[in-house]
Amino acid sequence: MATKSEWQQGVPASRSGSIVSHALQALLALSSRETIKFLHQRGRLLSALVRPSLWLLIFAAGFRDVFGVSVIPPYSTYIEYQVYVVPGLLGIVLLFNGMQSSLAMVYDREMGLMRLLLTAPLPRSVLLTCKLLAGTFLSILQAYAFFAICALFRLDLPWWPGLLLALPAMFLTGLMLGALGLLVSVYIKQIENFAGAMNFVIFPMFFLSPALYPLWKLQESGATVVYQLARFNPFTYGIDLIRYAMYGQMNWLACGVVAASLIVFLGLAIWGYDPQRGAVRHKRQGS
Amino acid sequence: MARRVCEVWCLGVVVGAVGRAPAAGRDAMNTLSEVSTSSSAPSGEAALALAVEEVSKSYGAVKALDRVSLHVARGEFVALLGPNGAGKSTLFQLLTGLFVPDAGRIEVAGFDMRLQARKALARLGVVFQQPTLDLDLSVVANLRFHARLHGMGRGARARIDAELERIGLTERAKDRARALSGGNRRRVELARALLHDPVVLLMDEPTVGLDPASREQLVAYVHSLCTHRGVGVLWATHLVDEAESADRVIILHKGHWIATGTAAELRERTGQRSLRDAFLDLTGESSVAHEEAV
Repeated sequence: MATKSEWQQGVPASRSGSIVSHALQALLALSSRETIKFLHQRGRLLSALVRPSLWLLIFAAGFRDVFGVSVIPPYSTYIEYQVYVVPGLLGIVLLFNGMQSSLAMVYDREMGLMRLLLTAPLPRSVLLTCKLLAGTFLSILQAYAFFAICALFRLDLPWWPGLLLALPAMFLTGLMLGALGLLVSVYIKQIENFAGAMNFVIFPMFFLSPALYPLWKLQESGATVVYQLARFNPFTYGIDLIRYAMYGQMNWLACGVVAASLIVFLGLAIWGYDPQRGAVRHKRQGS
Repeated sequence: MARRVCEVWCLGVVVGAVGRAPAAGRDAMNTLSEVSTSSSAPSGEAALALAVEEVSKSYGAVKALDRVSLHVARGEFVALLGPNGAGKSTLFQLLTGLFVPDAGRIEVAGFDMRLQARKALARLGVVFQQPTLDLDLSVVANLRFHARLHGMGRGARARIDAELERIGLTERAKDRARALSGGNRRRVELARALLHDPVVLLMDEPTVGLDPASREQLVAYVHSLCTHRGVGVLWATHLVDEAESADRVIILHKGHWIATGTAAELRERTGQRSLRDAFLDLTGESSVAHEEAV
């Protein structure tokens, strides 16, 4: 049997005080786990790609002549409807995966794995941020897989440098939506409630946004209330940020709203997971 | 390798059967003022592995814990004995930082759980009552996940290999956790809790769902950890026989600290022949305890 001194060789970073190295390892742990689980769940990968593809190939193809899109920024010319909906569909890839991470948090809480995460010797804010980053990396992978599908169908997108320019915009939007997912996971007590809660998050956010049609069309058609709701939807600005970035333009308003929403959502989620103050403390687990 | 595993288990059984020397600091009670440094503890760390002082916790109007104090010395096996609803799980949630006490103080190796949570948690190993392995990951991936969460870096691989060999599961390292039996899953959870070389090991009713042989092996193995690695162990259980071989038994009942002492001391104090009867006498929960003990 090994002696005590042998077991004390190689002091963990949690004891030596190097919090940056420790946080990076935690990020690696969470990213690896999310990626391995994602790759094991082939159905999830398939549905992550099929969902936006159906919108692109069926909905957009069917409505291409109904929804005429005039020349609006960031476009400098008339575009096909299928080209218009791509940023919105990228947004829904990010939105669904952000919510999927939320589902994973609820599942982990039910399965007990959450305890393992929350008892790691790192501040909860760091752990939750690592969790958020890990989920967002996965979102970005899926977004680029969707770009590959767009390429397969020869859509007239600004491939270069559009794909590269879209990366920071998708990353920021992915973080904001993932943070919203973390916040939602604070308040969903059981996995059975997840689907219901999602109906109040995913679909309103998606439809009350410029994902499928420009917002001015809502205004023009007299749907003022819907238009105003869409203006207060952070997802609206996430899509705008991606749409402008793809065409090499910066939409500062969208960037500001997305960044501010990220700070608010993450701050509330960290507050919610704080054992001293947040909502999670009220959930007694066992006697 | 199988022989080595057998030696480990057998050693544990022998250790558990013949009893062990009283652990250092056994008689020190309940106040953090008794926490001091000693030659057996790493430089700058307290001799006590775990110290709990006057801890209270309520859920709404229900007082789950009321001014509970206890301590565990390095190398000491302390059984926390109480019927269901005694407050054991609540206490463990506070000890692991999942929740914060309404009042009182918790220290792990001298580090305050509230003020120095990172240092305290780094010295804490936990086996939860509820299984916490990710069943979709392999055994080694589960251990690696934990090692990274503890920031163990490159040293993790060797420790993972050593712990797996110690529990005799090296050949199952790449199997998914889902493929393991309940007993082996528990062993992996124990190996995981030991990866970062904790000063104190919290075992929250770890034998739930195990067959008698696996239970006995687990208890014996944890006893051997106290002896050979100097780990302080707080073992929560409602099964009196698991507490028999402990260095010290703490009885918790309805959120209150009732008594502490060796099994012999508790028997003597209550005038009973067995620890089980002493427990019944101290708690007055004869029907519940009888049902649980059976």
